Parts: sequence; C-alpha cells; structure tokens
Amino acid sequence: MLIQVVLHLTVAACAPLLVRWWGRRAFWVLALPSLGTVVWALAQTPAVVDGRGPSEMIRWAPEIGLELGFRLDTLAWLMTLVVAGIGVLVLLYCADYFEDDEPDLGRFSAHLTAFAGAMVGLVTSDNLLLLYLFWELTTVLSYLLIGHVNQDEKSRSAATQALVVTTAGGLAMLCGLVILANAAGSYELSTILAHPPSGTVVSWAVFLILLGAISKSALVPIHFWLPGAMAAPTPVSAYLHAAAMVKAGIYLVARFAPGFAEAPPWRPTILILGALTMLVGGYRALRQHDLKLLLAFGTVSQLGFLMILVGAGTREAALAGVTMLVAHALFKSGLFLTVGSIDHATGTRDLRKLSGLRRSTPLLFWSAVLCGASMAGVPPLLGFVGKEAAYTSLLYADAAWGVPLFVVVMLGSILTFAYTARFLWGAFGTIPGKEPTSVHPLHPLAVAVPVTLAAASLVAAPLSGLGEPYLDGYVDLWPAGSHPAHLGLWHGLNLVLLLSLVTLALGAVLFAWRSRVAHLQQAMPEPPSAISAYRLFMRGLDRLSLEVTGGVQRGSLPLTLGLILLVLIVLPGGSILLGGSMPASVRAFDNPAQLGVAVLATVAAVAAVRSRRRMRGVILVGVTGYAAAVLFLVHGAPDLALTQTLVETLSLVVFVLVLRRLSGRFDENRDIRHRTIRVTLGVLTGAVVTGATVVAAGARTQLPASVGWPKTAYDYGGGGNIVNVALVDIRAWDTMGEISVVLVAATGVASLVYLSSERLSATRARVRDTRSRRGEQAADTTGGWLPEGDNAPRELRSLLLEIVTRVIFHAIMVWSLFLLFVGHNQPGGGFAAGIVAGLALTVRYLAGGAGELRAALPVMPGLLLGSGLFLSAGFGVVSMLAGGDVLQTWDYDLHLPLIGELHLVTSVFFDIGVYLVVIGLVLDILRSLGSGLDAQINRAHEEVNR
Amino acid sequence: MTVNLTLAALAGVLVGCGVVLLVSRSLVRALLGVLLMSNGVNVAFLVVSGDPGRAPLVTKETADTAVIGAGGISDPLPQAMVLTAIVITLAVTAFALALAHRSWQVSTSDIVTDDTEDTRIGDLAAKNDLADSDYGDLEDPYALSDEPDPEGGR
Repeated sequence: MLIQVVLHLTVAACAPLLVRWWGRRAFWVLALPSLGTVVWALAQTPAVVDGRGPSEMIRWAPEIGLELGFRLDTLAWLMTLVVAGIGVLVLLYCADYFEDDEPDLGRFSAHLTAFAGAMVGLVTSDNLLLLYLFWELTTVLSYLLIGHVNQDEKSRSAATQALVVTTAGGLAMLCGLVILANAAGSYELSTILAHPPSGTVVSWAVFLILLGAISKSALVPIHFWLPGAMAAPTPVSAYLHAAAMVKAGIYLVARFAPGFAEAPPWRPTILILGALTMLVGGYRALRQHDLKLLLAFGTVSQLGFLMILVGAGTREAALAGVTMLVAHALFKSGLFLTVGSIDHATGTRDLRKLSGLRRSTPLLFWSAVLCGASMAGVPPLLGFVGKEAAYTSLLYADAAWGVPLFVVVMLGSILTFAYTARFLWGAFGTIPGKEPTSVHPLHPLAVAVPVTLAAASLVAAPLSGLGEPYLDGYVDLWPAGSHPAHLGLWHGLNLVLLLSLVTLALGAVLFAWRSRVAHLQQAMPEPPSAISAYRLFMRGLDRLSLEVTGGVQRGSLPLTLGLILLVLIVLPGGSILLGGSMPASVRAFDNPAQLGVAVLATVAAVAAVRSRRRMRGVILVGVTGYAAAVLFLVHGAPDLALTQTLVETLSLVVFVLVLRRLSGRFDENRDIRHRTIRVTLGVLTGAVVTGATVVAAGARTQLPASVGWPKTAYDYGGGGNIVNVALVDIRAWDTMGEISVVLVAATGVASLVYLSSERLSATRARVRDTRSRRGEQAADTTGGWLPEGDNAPRELRSLLLEIVTRVIFHAIMVWSLFLLFVGHNQPGGGFAAGIVAGLALTVRYLAGGAGELRAALPVMPGLLLGSGLFLSAGFGVVSMLAGGDVLQTWDYDLHLPLIGELHLVTSVFFDIGVYLVVIGLVLDILRSLGSGLDAQINRAHEEVNR
Repeated sequence: MTVNLTLAALAGVLVGCGVVLLVSRSLVRALLGVLLMSNGVNVAFLVVSGDPGRAPLVTKETADTAVIGAGGISDPLPQAMVLTAIVITLAVTAFALALAHRSWQVSTSDIVTDDTEDTRIGDLAAKNDLADSDYGDLEDPYALSDEPDPEGGR
C-alpha cells in the first residue's frame, strides 16, 4: 500500500512536466496510479473476504510511535475502491474538461494526483500518526485545489476558510489520537480497536477525534466551509467534496465505531449533529440557484445522514452506512460532473438561466436522472437499496434513539427528494417563453464519465444482495440485532417499503408546491448563521492582532527594543529578586590580571557610551573586545582568545572602511530626558545580567555535558583540540548553521552595496580580466609580488606599506594554512585560519587598492562562500553515503616511509569548508565595503570636479 | 561551584553600556551597543561555564585522564559556542555597517526613523478601523435570497 501511495506521489511530482509536454492529455497518464490501485484492490478481494488482507509495516520513527503501517481490511478495501475508482474517473474527466491553455494546469494536475495518493494512504494506514499525516495532507491539498484560481479573492478566502476550519478540527483530532494511543499503549490502529481502552480520559480523546471527523465531513455547525469550497474547479468538487475528502470523516467514524460507539460522548455528539446536519443541509439546498451550491448543501445533508448510519454503532446501521457511502460517492460525483459539463457547455450554473437542456444534452440528462434518482432513493437504484437498509436499521434498532432518528432521516429524505427534483428540473427543464440555452458541443469524456457513474448506480442495485457477503468482514464486528437488515431491491411488502413510498410521495408534494415552500422559507426567520459566527470570530482575531500590534509596535526602534528589554528586566530580574538563591561560595577573581583587565574594559565601555565621535567609540569598543580576549586566555581558552583578537582587528578595518563615508560625529539630539531613560534601562539590564550570571553559575548541580569529551574527542573525533573537534564533529550541525548565517550576511552586504546587477557584473568582468592577466604574468614571470600595485593612484600609495606587504603577505598565508591544519590538535582551526587569511588579503588591499585585491584573489566571493558551504555540507552527505552518521568523522594513520606517521582526519574537509566561507566573507567585505565604496567615492569626486 | 564576581560584574557593565548605546536612533551607535553586549555575554559565558583550567588540548597520553574543572582543563563546550558567536558577530557587524552605509547614501544620516507601516497600524488601532481585515463582511453568502424565484418558483 506504501507502493500505491508512493506511485501516486511520484507521478504527481512529474505531472507538471507531463502537462507541459502533452497538455490535458497528460491526465490519461495521471489516472494510471489510481487505476493500478483499483486493480490491485480488486485482486486482493478474496484475501480480504477471508480476513487475510495484506498488511505492511516499515519502521520509521519508533521512538514516537510513527510507523509506516498499512493494512487492507474490509473497510479499507471498500474505501480504497471508492476513492481510487472515483479518482480514475475524475482524472479522466479532467482530460476533456480543461483546455490546454488553462492557467496553472500543471500545478493543478499535480495536486489532484497527489490528493488521490493521500486519500489511498489515509484509508489504508494502520498507524494513528500516519493516518493523521495523510489526513492533514488531504487538508493542505484541498486548500491548494480550492484556491486554484488564486487571482480570485473569493476563491482564496474560501480556501483559507476550509483550511482554518479543517485544520482546527485536525489539531483537536491529533490531541485525541495521542491521548488515545497513550491510554491504549500503542499507535497501531488495529491493536487499539482489538482492545479498546475506556475511561474518562478515553472519552475525552474520543470526543476530540470526533471533532476532527466533524470538521472534515462538514457537520453542523461548521458545515459552511463546504459550500464555500465550491470555488474549486468542478472536478475537484466532485472528487474532494463529494466522493473522497469529506468521506474521510465518515471513514474515521466508521473505523472507530466498532471500538468506541459505547463511549459516553459518542452517540450524543454524532447522532445529534448528524440529524441536525441532514435537516439543515436539505432545507438550505431547496433555495439555492447555483446548481453547484444546491449540490453542496445536498452533500452536507447526505453527510449528516451517513454520519448517523456509520456512527450509530449497530450491525444493521453499519451495513446501511457503507452501502450509502458507496451509493453517495457514485451519484454525487456523477451529479457534480454533470454540473461541470453543463457549466462547460453553457457557461452558467444558474438554474434561472438554463433552459431546454433536456433536448440539447439528452445523454447528460438521462445520466443525471439516474444519479438523481439514486440520490432521492427511487428504485431500482443503489441509493434506494441503501435507504431501505437505513430505514430498517433505525426503525427496528434495539435502542431508544432508533425511532426518533428514523423520523429525522425520513424528513431528511423527503427534503432530499424535493431538492433532487428541483435540481433536475432546474438544470434540464424548459422555462416557458425562454429560448433554449445555447450549448457548445462537449468532449466525449465529459459525457461518458457521468454516464458511467450513473450506470454503476443502476447496475449495482440488483447486484447488491450478492455483494453483501463482501461487507461481512466489517459489519460482523457487531452482533446481529433482533431485526436484521439486508441489501436488495425487494424485501416483500412491508412497513419499510410503505414508508419509502410515503417519502417519495411527500417529496413529490414538496416539489410540486415549490412556490409555496419558497414563500414559507422566506417568511421563516433566518436561522442563526454559522458562517457569520465564524466571520465574527475571525474578525475578532483580526481586531485583537490589530490592537496588540498597534499597542506594542509603535514603529520606533528604540521603543520596541526598550519594550523587549523591559520584559527582560521584569521577568528574569523579578524572579532573581524573589527566588534567586545566592551561590554557596564566591571569589573576587581567579587571577589578579582579571581585575586589571576588567577595570580597563569598564573604563573603555563607559567612555564608549559617552563618546560623541564615531571613530573614538569604535576604538573604545575594540578595547573591550581585546580585553575579553585576554580574559579568555586567562580562563584557559586559547582558541577563543585567538579568534577574538583576529575578529576584533578585522572589525576595526571594516569600521574604518565604512565610517570614512559617514560624518565624524554621531548626529543625534541630546535630549536629557531620553538619556535618563536610556541610562536607567542600561543600568537595570546590566544588573539583571550580573544577577542572572551569579545565580545561574551558583545554581549549577550537574556535571558539565562535556565530561566525556576529552576521550571521545581523541578516540572518535581524532583530534586533541577539543574545542575544534566540537566545532567540526560533535556539534558540526551548529557550525553548519553558523556558516550558513555567515553566507547570508555576506550576501546581504554585497547586495546593499552593489544594489544593481549591472555593477555586480562590471565587478565580475574586472575580476575575470584580472584573472586572465594573472595567467599571462605567471607565464612570463614578470608579475612580482604586488602586480597591480603600480596601477593604484599615486597619492594613495605608501612605500612602507608596499614593502611590508611584499614581505609578510605570503608568510601570513602560510601561517593561515598552518593554523587550519594544526587546528585539530592545537589552537587554530577553520575560523581563525580564515580570518588570518582575510587579514592577509586586507593588507594587500590596503597596500595596492582594489586592483591589488583582485590580483591577490581573482575570484568572486560567492565562489568561495558557495564552495565552502558545499564542501562542509558535502562532507556530511559523503559520510552518510559511506554508511556512517551525517558528518561522522573517520581518521586514518598512514605509515609513510621516511616521513613517518601521518594522521589524517576526514573532518578536516569540513574545516576547510569553514575556512573558505570565512575567507569568502572577508573578501566580500573588502570588495563591497572596500573597493565598492572606493568606486562610489571616485564617482562622487568626479561629479564634484565636473 | 565558586562564582567569579569580577567577571560577573564586568558582564553586567558591558551589557548595560551596550544597552544604552543600543536604544539610540543612530545605526552605528546601536551596532556598537550590540558589540559591547556580545562581549559582555561572552564574558558571562566564562563565569557560568565553570572553573578556569588549562587549555582544552589533549594528547594520546592525557586523553583518558583529562578532567574538566578545577585542576583540570576548562570546559570546551561553552568555548565552542562562544567561538561561533564571535564569528557571527563579525558577520553581523559587516551587515549592519552595510545597512548604515546604505542609510547614509539615501538620507545622509544613519538615524533610524519611525516605521511608517507601524505608524499606520497604530493609527488604525486608535481609530478601531478594521479596513485591512478580510472579515469585514459578516453577511452569509448562502443566505436564502429575498428575491423570489422567477417563473413559478424558480
């Protein structure tokens, strides 16, 4: 069954391509997975009847109980035949319904095919979480399909409405499923149903699960999304909103009924809501002018009917329920597709405009009559068989609710007959004095598919008696009642047949008196409307979000930040004051040097706050950074000290590069009141941070998480520098995320400076140019060490800097490589090495300008960033392909003659990736904030001179 | 665990000074504030990460016997985190400076002005104006229409 699902999804993934190649004819191919599923399910019939239906179980995530568990029992077999069978017909219908130039047809076809697969998975899955997964998959696909015409605001809002309502129910259901699984001790559906748990908690779980079913199957009071969903193309309505998705709720109730129908919330919820739904849907269907809406409210009514039957929890009602389920799928999809064809042929679905279609589309008319007759419960059609069984099961039920429900169902069936007659008369009848509506010729499949469905309704009825034993596997889950129901067209002259005839007669009267009924309906007070309540609720949410946003987000950055900081001060600060316990022991410092450095850093920080000059502020902040580096060193963290020092230096360079374009002083008003607030905020935040640091450090009771690291780092990570092993192995995922952030930031810098793709391509052209020139220079060895230095403007050149650069550039690069490769065992590693290399490039840039930078590294930064991330991520994939975990490390000791032992660790490739990303970042900074700004400055100068 | 008060106090001072700079309207000042704060937080990491020790470097001989904490090596895990933070800060610095430069290009100032969209939403909230809501219309679109069906109940 997994194969069937995967096949659907695979074909769905290819669907856009197929549609591009073959246009709408691609639907012929897209129907194949569903067809295959039908054939497969039919082939399994003997096994299913014997109770030996196939089952599959593939471990997926056993820790949370999520397994790929499927099984084909009688109910699943029946549902599979229905959803896949109707799926084949609807997909074929699409091949003649759409035009080749229908917008977004590729996307639509993919969604519809994937939906068929999700439905098959839903009805066959034997794992609660898997079931939920498919359940929500159908919800999301339904959202996409309803909103297919996404330029239309109405269609979008209908899609959102369906999504909001059904996912809300779905979430409730998920809670219910989890509670149920906990109570039962298993997520396996068949296990739970074999030994259903009970108790208060289980009752709640059952209620929550029913909420999911109610929302999916559009029961009152949340039925309104279904008429809204008619914004979807008609094949979607026929499939999702008649035959398949709305049946998911029915299926769920049918599935759980054998185990949980006796749970306290079950019958009150299902039977009352089902009864209400059947009546409300029928009542409203009587007054719709849009044929599709008429059918939609009819579907609501029928879903209520089905819910009563499958939820009643008796053998007879279940038999009637599954029969009606099949009958409804056949006639309702047939009717929807008929409406689709009418819409296609005439351009309207309004029954006030349609006239004379009985003569112009006779085949469609007769198939609609058959489908309609089945819906209205007229013999000799399958709908009649189902309704006879339903009447029997309710009228003779061994329970007090039997007769009242029978009355409801009979009233509902009278309404059903009346709105069916109205549908047929409205769609195909002739309006006196009105010209027959002009009809475009229909493609063959647009007629053939409804006719097939109508024929199935007709043929299945006399055969239903023969088919009954095939359903035993499901209905035998209950004991037989005192008055058994059977399928068939003729059970002799009895009370039920009489009541059926009365139903038809009263329905006919209701139709004949349609004017009077209409006036009566108008005179009746409008019932409270569920959709208005929904909209009121959603508007309330909008209102709430508006008030909260308007109250909190005033648009002022300092105010927003201040609000966040205030939360920090009040909540953690308050809890420190109220409940923070002071540490058992404190000390002033570990080392007197800490005190000196701390004083220095404090002075620098306060001075930085008071500084009015930009550059002074930058340097003072830099002092605190270097101070932090010293503190790292004293603490025993040489890697941090090294990296911090290097980053601090590079930051200074970056600041200088940008601040040369800005004014020398901070231009800000010096409002005393604001300053007081800011300083108060700062003091309080600082106090909270100190307090939190002390309390947190003192509250520690556990050993560090890294207790075993020295050994694992050496034995598994293959390195002696534990911090580096942590970065490239133990916590490599973190590092991967981090270099992605670096890449994003670098890209952001470039995009903020270059702004237009022309400037970027100009830069790229210059880089390419330099690269080819470098090639020639290398060939005739005339390049020298500062090959482009002579091209720099004379006034910008510094002899001292040029000579120093010539001397130290290559030494720094060698040191950077040394740091990179030694980093696994000694302080260093990809980050530090990358920044060192970046500083070497910075020196080249400062000495020789933009041209020299290009000569030093004639590539675009994107190449380094991209290949670096590729190398790191690729290493993860390679180690996975090699059979290990993602980012697992291997090390090899090579015994080389003469050289001795060479220790190779695979994670060095990961570190090289980090190295390249960091160099890419620096190159990007130098090229954007350095040469990019140089060019802007030059342009500004030229404009001034001109 | 013994808590180092000097470092804890320094962390508070750096973060506090950083906050004063952060809540100003100049982008560059705010960036300097972020840098001060991140230095402060990194120092706070030193305090909570446990006792100082030797550098977390081991060899084949010491790998099995190395202990973390007083008398042994310093805890390597927080160091890996801080190292990551330092490099991210560099990337953030570059990005914020590019932003400041862009702001300067556009308005010869790095002052952050109030967000107009936020102001607009604030005004809407003050006026209780729900014009932006998709649910302004509470009407039931499928209500039974008042107009009677033409031609005999249609």
